[in-house]
Amino acid sequence: MDWTALWLSLRLAGLTVLILLPIGIAAGRWLAYRDFAGKGFAEALVALPLVLPPTVFGYYLLVAFGAASPIGRFWEAAVGGQLVFTFEGLLLASIVFNLPFAIQPMQRGFEAIPAEVRAAAACCGLSPWRALLKVELPLAWPGVLTAMVLSFAHTLGEFGIVLMVGGSIPGETRTVAIAIYDRVQAFDDAGAGRMSALLLVISLTTIALTYAFSRRLGRRLG
Amino acid sequence: MPSLQRRRLLALLSGAGLAGAGLLGLPRPAAAEGGRPLVAAASDLQFVLPELAAAFEAETGAAVELTFGSSGNIARQIRQGAPYQLYLSADEDYVLGLARDGFTRGEGRLYALGRLALLVPAGSPLEADGSLADLAAALRDGRVTRFAIANPEHAPYGRRAEEALRHAGLWQAIRPRLVLGENVAQAAQFAVSGNAQGGLVAHSLALAPRIAARGESALVPAEWHSPLRQRMVLLKEAGAVAGRFHDYLSTPAAQATLGRNGFVLPEGTR
Repeated sequence: MDWTALWLSLRLAGLTVLILLPIGIAAGRWLAYRDFAGKGFAEALVALPLVLPPTVFGYYLLVAFGAASPIGRFWEAAVGGQLVFTFEGLLLASIVFNLPFAIQPMQRGFEAIPAEVRAAAACCGLSPWRALLKVELPLAWPGVLTAMVLSFAHTLGEFGIVLMVGGSIPGETRTVAIAIYDRVQAFDDAGAGRMSALLLVISLTTIALTYAFSRRLGRRLG
Repeated sequence: MPSLQRRRLLALLSGAGLAGAGLLGLPRPAAAEGGRPLVAAASDLQFVLPELAAAFEAETGAAVELTFGSSGNIARQIRQGAPYQLYLSADEDYVLGLARDGFTRGEGRLYALGRLALLVPAGSPLEADGSLADLAAALRDGRVTRFAIANPEHAPYGRRAEEALRHAGLWQAIRPRLVLGENVAQAAQFAVSGNAQGGLVAHSLALAPRIAARGESALVPAEWHSPLRQRMVLLKEAGAVAGRFHDYLSTPAAQATLGRNGFVLPEGTR
């Protein structure tokens, strides 16, 4: 069992969720309540990772952000390291690739709040911040929770892009999905089987708990 | 769900269903029809094998379909019933294992010996020095932060790279800086794209024009690692064309092409 790889995957997924939480709330709320020119385009951009093969993004990371390219050199000068083969690079990739999983459920959550409720909150003199915290978030909570779980589970499962730009470095870029792949390639079926079973249990438990939890929450709110 | 939305969803789903049925009904490409036999080859043959297949086609009028991957991965796919007719491995152990378990016609034939080369991208602070002396110096003074090899756990060239680095006494120093390619072609990609300062890859890849144009390379002494005995074998389902291509690869013309492209020719050791 490769515990380093499992811990790395959990850390990657946890950080992805933490970073996407404020981004998702801001972007989801904005898309739910605002009408503006090019909104269709903005929504398409958010949904793009759903249909874009991870290899496309992996290619751009390798070539456009590679040490030989101007962007890569700029990045290296600014941050002092490269993007590929690093945990930060994987984190960036997983944030971009989880945008639809984070934003779309939150957007639906905010859209489901009746306009009168928000108007009433404003009438009562609640500042936009307090309205968000006291009224909107409690109502949109199931959407927010779904978004967080989907992003978490999706990061655990991300494989293609990590295979392309990770380099399988233990403790840095060898996620549990890659570790399983390496075990399979090395004909170590027992090792691959143990890790796969554990990942299966973790993923299923996470999602089952969320469904149970959001159903209870739905009953309480409904 | 509101009924309008449900109707839209139904329309969308039935549209998708129709499109799917349409796609299934399309004629499949000839390669899948059994017209062209599938040849699965180690990724160090990425550049030379298409040339050999084209020459074979010009000579005989028969064509083969090529697919590349890591030798271990292909061996596993064959065990799971992949429809390959000829398998060209970078490491004969995989072939002999398949032969032992009855997946092949005999034990096949040695077609080449692979060589390991140090590949350095243009503009790298590292010198293309096959004795690895400059690599040792670069590890000491920190000029090398990333070095690419194929994964030693399952890629033949990765295992030989580890042996060569151990022989040079650099393994412990270089380990934290290694990036592992899934196969040797990916390791070469890591190195030549400048994402690593260098790498130990197949000489056959380093010589290929697309890679040679973007970096320099030097041979690593063959005695530093166990030989890369590359063996090919016909699989149980192989047809006549695959058999002819198999024989063609041992002709003097084909062997000369392999020799020009970074492989050492097997002499008498069949």
